[in-house]
Amino acid sequence: MRRHDWRLLVIIVLIVAVSGWVDWPANPGLHINLGPIDINRDIGLQQGLDLRGGLAVLLAADVPESQPVDRDTMGAAKVIVENRINALGVTEPFVQLQGDRHIVVELPGVQDPDRAIAAIHGTGLLEFVDAGTTSVPAGSTIRTTNKAGGEGETAQYFAGDQVFQTIFTGSDLANASASTGELPSSYEVNLEFKPDGAQRFAEYTRNNVGRILAIVIDGVVISSPRIENPIPEGRARITGDFTYDEARSLAVQLKYGALPVPLRVEETRSVGPTLGQDSVRKSVRAGVVGLSVVLVFMAIYYRVPGLLADLALISYALINLALYKTIPVTITLPGVTGFLLSTGMAVDANILIFERMKEELRWGRPLGGAIEAGFSRAWTSIRDSNLSVIITCLVLFWFGSNFGATQVKGFAVTLFLGVLISMFTALIVTRTLVRLVFRFLGSWLRGRPWALGA
Amino acid sequence: MIDIIGKRRWYFLISLLVIVPGLVAMIYSWATFGSPLRLSVDFTSGSLLELTFASPVLPADVRQVYIDRGYLDTSVQTAENDRTVLIRSKQLPLATKQSIVADLEARFGPAEERRYESVGPAVGREVTRAASIAVAAGALAIVAFIVIAFRGVPNSVRYGVCAVVAMFHDVLVTAGLFSIMGLIAGWEIDALFLTAMLTVVGFSVQDTIVVFDRIRENTPKRRGEPFEAIVNRSLLETLHRSLATQLNAMFVLVAILLFGGATIKQFVATLFVGMVSGTYSSIFNAVPLLVVWETGEAGAALRRLFGRRAVRATG
Repeated sequence: MRRHDWRLLVIIVLIVAVSGWVDWPANPGLHINLGPIDINRDIGLQQGLDLRGGLAVLLAADVPESQPVDRDTMGAAKVIVENRINALGVTEPFVQLQGDRHIVVELPGVQDPDRAIAAIHGTGLLEFVDAGTTSVPAGSTIRTTNKAGGEGETAQYFAGDQVFQTIFTGSDLANASASTGELPSSYEVNLEFKPDGAQRFAEYTRNNVGRILAIVIDGVVISSPRIENPIPEGRARITGDFTYDEARSLAVQLKYGALPVPLRVEETRSVGPTLGQDSVRKSVRAGVVGLSVVLVFMAIYYRVPGLLADLALISYALINLALYKTIPVTITLPGVTGFLLSTGMAVDANILIFERMKEELRWGRPLGGAIEAGFSRAWTSIRDSNLSVIITCLVLFWFGSNFGATQVKGFAVTLFLGVLISMFTALIVTRTLVRLVFRFLGSWLRGRPWALGA
Repeated sequence: MIDIIGKRRWYFLISLLVIVPGLVAMIYSWATFGSPLRLSVDFTSGSLLELTFASPVLPADVRQVYIDRGYLDTSVQTAENDRTVLIRSKQLPLATKQSIVADLEARFGPAEERRYESVGPAVGREVTRAASIAVAAGALAIVAFIVIAFRGVPNSVRYGVCAVVAMFHDVLVTAGLFSIMGLIAGWEIDALFLTAMLTVVGFSVQDTIVVFDRIRENTPKRRGEPFEAIVNRSLLETLHRSLATQLNAMFVLVAILLFGGATIKQFVATLFVGMVSGTYSSIFNAVPLLVVWETGEAGAALRRLFGRRAVRATG
C-alpha cells in the first residue's frame, strides 16, 4: 500500500509538472530533431472566433433545392473560395465543405468582414462592354449579352432594357493585380490578357477608337473609359476610386475566376477584435475570482482535506489547460464557462467524499477507516452523477455539430473533458494526498477533529 | 431530527408559485408573438448588429434609419452603455447592410462594428429541428440512465419519473424566467440558451441522483423504518453536500455574472437560476414526490378525486 501511494505521487507530480510546462505562456513549443524523429510543434491556446475576433460565413449553393449539386462542383467552388481567401492574406483560414451544398468559412482576425464576404462570394464576372459613345455612370447596373440578369431580380437597370454587347470576359485574363494609381492615395487594378485575348484586345481597340469600353463586374459598371489609342500589348487598367483593400479584393476575384456554381451567403457571424479581447480579459478575471472563492471556501469549510482538495483542484485546472493546448481544443466563450462549471463538478466529488468522511467519523469509525470509507462509499454517487453529465455532453456535442450552433460544441467539449479529468484529480490525486498526509500527521490529526472540519 | 418530508405540501406550493407567473408570461407571449419565448435570429433568421458609437445615441433615432428604408420590424436597444446599440432586423443583403452602416455613421459619427450575425431561413429551420431533437434525446437518455442505474431498487421506474418531473420543474422555472425577461427586457433564446437548459437538466439530475443514491444505500440497512423516515434521513445526510456543492457552483457563476463578458450574461443567468432551481427541486420536489408515490398517497388522492366525481355523478 505504502509503495503504491508513493508511486502514484510521483506519477501525479510528473503529470502536473508536464502540464505546468505546457501551460507556461512563453512555452517554446516542441522542437525535437533526432534522426528519424522530427517533431515540430508550437504549443499555444487556440482561441475561437468569439474571443480573437473574426468572421464565420456559411455559403450555400444558390440553386433550387430540388436541383442536385455534384460533389466535384462544390469541391471546385471550395478551392476557388480558398484561393480568394489566401490572396486576401488572412492567417489560419478554415474552409470546409459541409453536407453536399454548403461551404463553411472561418476567418480569424479579419478587420473588414464586409469586404471579405464580398471577395469570397462575389462571382467575379468581369466583362468589357461596348457602351457606344455615351459613358455610363459608375455604379449603375446594366444588362449585357453575357449576363441577362437573373429571374426575379429587382435591380434598377441603367438605360431600361437595353442589353449591352459583351466584348471580352474574365476568361480572357491571364493575371490581375493591384497597384498604386496616378494619385498616391488611389489604387487601380492591372489586367494582363492571355496571348489570344491580347491579340483580340489589340484588334478591337484599334478598330473602335473613340468608343466607350465599359468595365463591368457582376453586372455593375466600375468605370467606362473611352478608347483613346489602340492597346497593343494586352495590358489594361481598371481605374476607379479604389482603396488598396478594394483594389486587391477585386484583383483577387478577377484572377481566380468565376465560381462554377453561384453561392449565397446563408449565415454570417462576425465579432470585432475589441469585443473579443474584452471577452478574454473579462473571462480570465471572472475565472480567477470564481476559482479563488472556491479555493478559499474549501479550505475554510473542510480544513486540512479542503486544502488538499485545493491542490487537486489546481492540478485539475493545470491539466485541463494543458489538454486544451495539446489536443487542441478551440476555446470559445461558452467553452470557458463549461470549463469553470466543470471545476464545480471537480469540487463536488471531493465534497461528497469529505462529507462522507465526516459522517463516518461521527458514527465512531477510526480516522483511517473513515477516510477509506469516504472514498469508497462516495464512489457510486460520483460515478452516477458524472455519467448523467457526460450523457448531457454527448447530446450537446451532437447538437453543436450543426452550423448554427457551433458555439455549443465548445461548451460540450470543455465540460466533457472537465468531468473526465475531475474523476482523476478528485479521486486519485486527492486520495493519494490525503493518505500521505494522514500517514505523517495522523497522530496529530486524531486529537484535533476541527482540522478535519468535523 | 428535522422533518423535511413532512412539510412536502408547502414545497409543492412554493414551486407552483414560482412556475405559474412564468407560465402566464409564456402563454401571454405565445398569444402576442406566436412563441412562448422570444426567439433569436438563430431560430427565426434575420440579422443582429452591435455597434458602438463615439458618442451616445438614441435607439429610436437608429431605428428611424431602418424604417426610412422600409425595414419596419427592426428593433433597437442599448447594450452595456448608451453608446452601444443592438439592432435586430430582417436578414439584409450585404450591400444594404453596408449602406445602412454608412448612413448611421454619417448621422451619428464613426461606429465600431462589434458583432454581426446574419442567419438565413434554412439555417434557422435546421437549428430549430436539431434543438428539438437534442432536448428530447437528452431527456430520454437521462431517464433511461436513471432507470438502469437504479434497477436494483424496487420500482426503479418511479425514481426515473420523479427525477424527470424535477427536471421539468427546472426547465419550467428557467423558461418562465426567460419568458418574463423577454417581455420586460427583450431577452431572446438562442443556441446558448438551449445549452444552458440542457446543462441545467444534467446538473439537476445529478443532484437528484446523489439523494436517490443515499436512499438506495439506506433502504436495505434500515428495513424496519417506514420509507418516509429513511428518505428523510437520506436527505439530511446529503444536505450538507448539496448545499456545499451548490454554493461552489454559485461562486463560479456569480463571478462570471459580475466580471464576465456581456455576451454571455444571459447564458450564465440561465445557468444560475436553473441550478438553484435544480437543487431545490431535487430536495423538495423529486424526493417528496417519490415518498408520495411509494406510500400510496398519490393513488389515494387520485381515488378520492375519482370517488367524489362518482358520487356527484350518481347523486
